[in-house]
Formats: sequence, structure tokens, C-alpha cells
Amino acid sequence: MTATLTIALSKGRIFQETLPLLAAAGIEPVDDPETSRKLILDTNQPDVKLVIIRATDTPIYVQYGAADLGVAGKDVLLEHGGEGLYEPLDLRIARCRLMVAGDPNHQPRLSRPRIATKYVNTTRRWFADQGRQVEVIKLYGSMELAPLVGLADFIVDVVDTGNTLKANGLAPLEHIADISSRLIVNKATMKMKHVRIKAIMARMAAAIDTQ
Amino acid sequence: MIPEDRWLLPEGIEEILPPAAGRLERLRRALLDLYQSWGYELVIPPLIEFLDSLLTGAGDDLELQTFKLTDQLSGRMMGVRADMTPQVARIDAHLLKRAGPVRLCYLGPVLRTRADGFGGSRSPYQAGVELYGHRGHDSDLEVLTLMLTTLQMTGIGDAHLDLGHVAIFRELVRQAGLDREQESLLFEALQRKALPEIRGYLAAWKPACCEPLLALAELNGGPEILDEADTRLAAAGAGVHEALATLRRLIAALQRQWPELPIHVDLAELRGYHYHTGVLFAAYVPGQGQAVAQGGRYDEIGQVFGRARPATGFSVDLAILLRLGSAPEPASTGIYAPPLADDPGLEQQVAALRNQGERVIRALPGVEVEPGDLGCDRELVKRQGEWIIIQQSLKSPK
Repeated sequence: MTATLTIALSKGRIFQETLPLLAAAGIEPVDDPETSRKLILDTNQPDVKLVIIRATDTPIYVQYGAADLGVAGKDVLLEHGGEGLYEPLDLRIARCRLMVAGDPNHQPRLSRPRIATKYVNTTRRWFADQGRQVEVIKLYGSMELAPLVGLADFIVDVVDTGNTLKANGLAPLEHIADISSRLIVNKATMKMKHVRIKAIMARMAAAIDTQ
Repeated sequence: MIPEDRWLLPEGIEEILPPAAGRLERLRRALLDLYQSWGYELVIPPLIEFLDSLLTGAGDDLELQTFKLTDQLSGRMMGVRADMTPQVARIDAHLLKRAGPVRLCYLGPVLRTRADGFGGSRSPYQAGVELYGHRGHDSDLEVLTLMLTTLQMTGIGDAHLDLGHVAIFRELVRQAGLDREQESLLFEALQRKALPEIRGYLAAWKPACCEPLLALAELNGGPEILDEADTRLAAAGAGVHEALATLRRLIAALQRQWPELPIHVDLAELRGYHYHTGVLFAAYVPGQGQAVAQGGRYDEIGQVFGRARPATGFSVDLAILLRLGSAPEPASTGIYAPPLADDPGLEQQVAALRNQGERVIRALPGVEVEPGDLGCDRELVKRQGEWIIIQQSLKSPK
């Protein structure tokens, strides 16, 4: 456990876009997570492992030291709160925006609009900062459906191209935050393995700047 | 609650069973002896007291963590201590009122509303020391040495030390002329070493001295980082240089005393920023995602009790140390003695053995027990009218 460096990544876009940056730091996975059923992937370096987990679990693995490093979207970090973590590097990948979206002509019937989202904490904070009281409904997917069937007045979700919104007659209404993925580091790891972590960070940072 | 659930304890509330409870108690005694040998006097603060006094000094940091209830006698709010440090500060400032330095230690359970760690306990067993009435290198080093010795006694051999100094950030914020809200935003970003945000804030606010604040998030690493800090914080003024010199001197002394100890310096470490005023330290061990011991200087905490005094101290959760440590386990010994009989010689013999510190377990009539199962390696038997001790023939336990 002491010598190994474990990096937590989520499948899909974050994994694909992190690979070149890891390669710049000299770390390349031996297995492909899309075809392999392994949850812990070996890399070309015997003491570096990749664990493939759900995006929302990444900060939790890193916070508790089950992984030393991880890559997580800023949306996930905002929702998690970032406790026990360092997020020193913006990888400028998997970019999108966190938005309030809905039918621009919709007038909520109730005094407290209902907001469907998987970002419960972020949503509460956003509306509270605006001085607006809302009811938050936690959903796990297909946010766009909620306003269409009358489950919610608006949604809070990440918006990439906006095509799904448009196809469902919705539009982005308020901009909460610009999202991109961050390199996150466990606090204890940073203090105990700083030489290795800093070397990896420096090479990734250089690769980001040349992209 | 269905009957099957009656054994269930609340989340994060732990009880300590044998043999861990015995180990905890041995550790507790060993630590008390250690602190005593350094001149630290034991105080036993109450489990519960008025919220006002529990939450001073440490401020909001403990507000959420404290269980609260109403005192039916006075109508005032009481809290169950979540940390004994403010209690000990109250004792020093208000009750002891000694002029010179005061050294106090404490050991006991505390309660937290929220577990602040992985599989975290809400009922830590806190131990710690506080040294009041001196500001400077000697007291910093004394408390640090005691913290490292505490870890060593627990059998934690691979601790890493993390050092910081809150005065650096405080001084830089003052020089930059940031307002409270900006300070709190920057503090929060700095805690996460969120460089992208920090750059964004500083670019937007354009404070007087931007570069040193930006440097702070990157000034972490081995002790050599202090050289880099000298360069990057060169223009930062006397207060900052004094803090850097304090750290440098402390590191030199620690390296003489503990040559093998890995030391990490982090100038952006601001844990307990609201009440800490100087050197901050914490110990980490591999495989553990959070600090196992922490402490630092908090010179103003006594003010609310009428007497501001320089102060420094550290605290640990003994339950965690016990789990991580590998203190040698004393071999289980004991003597199995026959049940009560009308034999004054037997009773005298048993009493004499117990007085010598032997563990003597009496057999109970009508119950068959394998002495080995009770940790007994010997047996008291009567041979030719004499009570003698024979080695227990070792049978494999069932």
C-alpha cells in the first residue's frame, strides 16, 4: 500500500481524455477498461495502478485514501464539497457548463419552484445564494424528462452542446459554473508522497499547456 | 425497533472490548506516566458543560460537531464536549491562574455529532497535552517531541510529520488588504490547493501583493521548500520571514533528534485557522488518509476567559492509534487456583500470589474449564499437604 500509487478514474470521456495526460507523465494502462472486466488496471509502471469507478465515487475514494490521485469533474467536486482533497490542477478536459434549464416560458404554479437534479447540494446552495427558496428533487438520470411530465419546474444539470435540451423544447436559463475535470489528490498522500506526486503534476501541467 | 435490533449501537458510537480495551488502558497508563515525567499535570474536565464555554476559541469549528441539550436547572444550552482543548484552556485561564508556565494533560472520551473520517468514530478517546505561558521555539519543540514520542510508544514507527505556520497566510492577507469575504474565499480555495480558483480570484481582485499569495499554494514539499519560500516570499515583510525562521529552527532541532523522521512542510496548511496563531503540525501514517495526531500554537484562546496566554498543544485519538500501532502484547500469564475450600493455607497462598502481582483465577465449583482458555499457564495444586505451582500442561484450545 505504501509504495503503490493508485489513480481513480471514471469510464468514458474522463478516462479517454485523461490518458494522453497520464502518458505525458509516463503512465500508460496495460489493459483497456472498455474491454477488460478488471476493476484494477495495471500500468506500464509496476507501482502505479488505475481503478475504474463511477464518476461520483471518485472524490470519495480519494478523500479516504483508497486512491491517492483521481480525476473528477468540477461538477462532482462542487457537489461533494471537496473535503479532505486537494484539487491543484485543472486538466481542461471534459468541459461543459452546469446550468439551470427549463422551458423559458414556464411559470411555476407554486411559490416554491421544484428543481430536479442529481446535484442536490450545489442546487440548494445556488438558489439560496440568489435568495430563492426551492424544493429539490433528487433524480439519478434523464433530468430533461422531469419538466416535460410535470415532476419539476426546472432542472439543474451539466450542459455540453445543449442538443438534448433543445430536442425536448428546453433551454439553458442560468449559468452556475464552468465545468472541467480536475486532478484531485488525497491530503495525506500529498504530504507523504510529495516527490512523486509533484513530478507527475509537473509533467501533466506541461502537457496541458501544450494542448 | 424489532427485538433483533436491540444490540445495535448508533452509527459511529464504539465500544472497546477485550483484548483491545486492555491494550487501551495500558497505553493510557503509559502515556500518563510519560506526560507526568515531563511535568504535565492531569486534569479531568467534565463531560458536559455550558455551550458558551465549549465553543469559544475554537469557534464555529466545533459548533456543528457538538451534541447539544438543554440544562433543566438553568434553562441554558449545554454541550457534550467534542474536543477537550477548549476545556483545558478554560481551566488554565480561569481556575489555575498561575503566573508561570502551566503544563496540563488530559485523557478521555469525547463525542462528535459527525464522524470526520473514513469509517469514522463519533466517540473518539482523546488524549493530549497543552503548554501555557510560553511563546517560542522551546515550547513548540517540547510539544512536538511529546507528540512524536506518543506515536512511538503506540508502536507507530513510520509517521510522517507535516509542519505549517498560519501567521504566513494571515500576514499576506493583511498586506494584500483583502476584506473578510475575500479572505474567507481565498482561505477555502487554499485549503483545497485549488490553484485555478486562486488564480481566478487574484486576477479579479488585483490585490497589492498577488505573487506571494499565489506562491503559497505551491510552497509545499520537503524542508528544502523553505529556501524556495525565502525567494518567492522575499518581499513579504518581517512577519513572514520570522515565521519561516521559526520553522527552519524547529526542523533543524527535529532532524537532530529524529534523523529518520520524514518532514513535510506546507505553508498553505491552515487547519484550525480561526484559533491557531503560529506553528501547526500533524502526523500522518501510510495507508491512513487522514492525520493521526495534530496540534499547534493558539496564543489567544484564553482571552475569552479573561486571560490571554501563549499556548501550544497536540491531541490524538487513542482508539485510532491503537488500531494502527503495533505495541508489543504482553504474554498472557496466570495461575488457575482451586475453588473455595475450608483451607486457610489455600486462601493465604492465593492472596499472597495476587499481592505479588500475579493474576490468579479461582475455579468455580461445578463448572469444567480449561485453564488455558482463561489465559492461565500455571496451576495451584496441593501436593503432599503443600500448595505448589505447577506448569499447566498445554492442551490445544477447543
